[in-house]
Amino acid sequence: MSYDVPVAPGEKAEIEETTELSGESWPMWEVFVRARRGISHVHIGSLHAADAETALENARDVYTRRGEGVSVWVVRSSEVHAFEPEAAADYVEANEKVYRLATAYEIPEEVGQM
Amino acid sequence: MIGDMIVAQQMPEPMLESVPTWFVVLGRRPVVAGTGWSHRVDVRSGGNDGFRANERSFAYYGVMSSEERFQTIIDAEDKIEPPDWMPEAYRKTLIRQIAQHAHSEVIGMQPESNWITRAPTLHRTAILIAKVQDEAGHGLYLYAAAETLGVRRDEMQELLHRGKHKYSSIFNYPTLSWADMGTIGWLVDGAAITNQVMLTRGSYGPYARAMVRICKEESFHQRQGYELLIRLCQGSSEQKAMAQDSVNRWWWPALMMFGPHDSDSTHTEQSMKWKIKRVSNDDLRQQFVDMTVPQADYLGLKIPDPDLRWNEERGHYDFGEIDWEEFWRVVKGNGPMNRERVAHKVKAWDDGAWVREAAMAYAKKQAHSAA
Repeated sequence: MSYDVPVAPGEKAEIEETTELSGESWPMWEVFVRARRGISHVHIGSLHAADAETALENARDVYTRRGEGVSVWVVRSSEVHAFEPEAAADYVEANEKVYRLATAYEIPEEVGQM
Repeated sequence: MIGDMIVAQQMPEPMLESVPTWFVVLGRRPVVAGTGWSHRVDVRSGGNDGFRANERSFAYYGVMSSEERFQTIIDAEDKIEPPDWMPEAYRKTLIRQIAQHAHSEVIGMQPESNWITRAPTLHRTAILIAKVQDEAGHGLYLYAAAETLGVRRDEMQELLHRGKHKYSSIFNYPTLSWADMGTIGWLVDGAAITNQVMLTRGSYGPYARAMVRICKEESFHQRQGYELLIRLCQGSSEQKAMAQDSVNRWWWPALMMFGPHDSDSTHTEQSMKWKIKRVSNDDLRQQFVDMTVPQADYLGLKIPDPDLRWNEERGHYDFGEIDWEEFWRVVKGNGPMNRERVAHKVKAWDDGAWVREAAMAYAKKQAHSAA
């Protein structure tokens, strides 16, 4: 099916983006799921909920309906901190230091697996 | 291209001779450019896979202008992620599409929940509840994906309630018989999967990831629907007639789900370049028809199209023309169920206001007494 919204002849395709909203929205939470014992929790999605308790319940209902996990964490999205995208250029330095990689060193074949 | 700051040079260290890597220097900062990432410099990194894999994510930064970098990431089959720079039109197109997709999932709960209390067995009731719950979840994944583009969920809902946002027209048709629960799974969810599998390869990370989850669940939807129809078609003649009547009503609306002809589709070219859309409406529709006709044959049901026949030369089924007048009538809000669907949605939202407010008030009170 096409989710590419059909534009009727003569109709404008622009969306109206500013809207007056009444009432307060539930805050957003990030959901992390441990798929099985022995591995870390991994980010799986987000949801809205009034508090941590209901966020956990919603996360269980939405993200673990088919055995996707054995444990769930929820974290307020506003509590997640990240670098600005421009700062990513700093990571480049890590890539310059090839000598940090095991693969940068040649070991003669006769030495065998190392 | 950022001014004249780009200079290519080979790494001097003798140790790295086996890894002929090229640098692109932006200002005073050297940036590694890997194979294929830069169309400005003939960049080549040697046989060191660890190094190549590592540099991949970062090589986009600093080499080009924002716009070039954006398109380069897309051309390299990588994903655009929320903090990345993106053209305003890309952002708007995605919001529009993801919102309409999310609304479709949410409105799509109505035609099926109509039958929950009337399913013939407890088993079928449980399946239907699980399916409707999935649709709510799909709406949630999608609203969350749209929110990463800087639009609020409440805002999108408000626009839907005021008729400014659309949802898929298929949900503006009524579910008149129990067989419709089978046909919707088979044809409507089948058409949705055809499109959504393509969308898992889309360029926007959060949308593509949501699609992966959704496709897994849609597969259950389609299979339970087809199985339901198998049972009806193997049942009494009345049951089979009910199934045939249902397919007669849903076939054409299902084909309409793929949207206008490519020749009448306004944004296809740009959306293809941005990899928001990867296969055209007509190609997806053809794919769906080719896949579905043998499935109808197995059921012993007739597809209501006198022009439908296998074309040996093309290697595809030929099929008749969609009633485009009906298509546009429903898109513009005058289908059999448009008003009822939106009115029901608005009522559910308004009726639930006190619950949302009470939950918020409780959360605040708890936080206050904990402090």
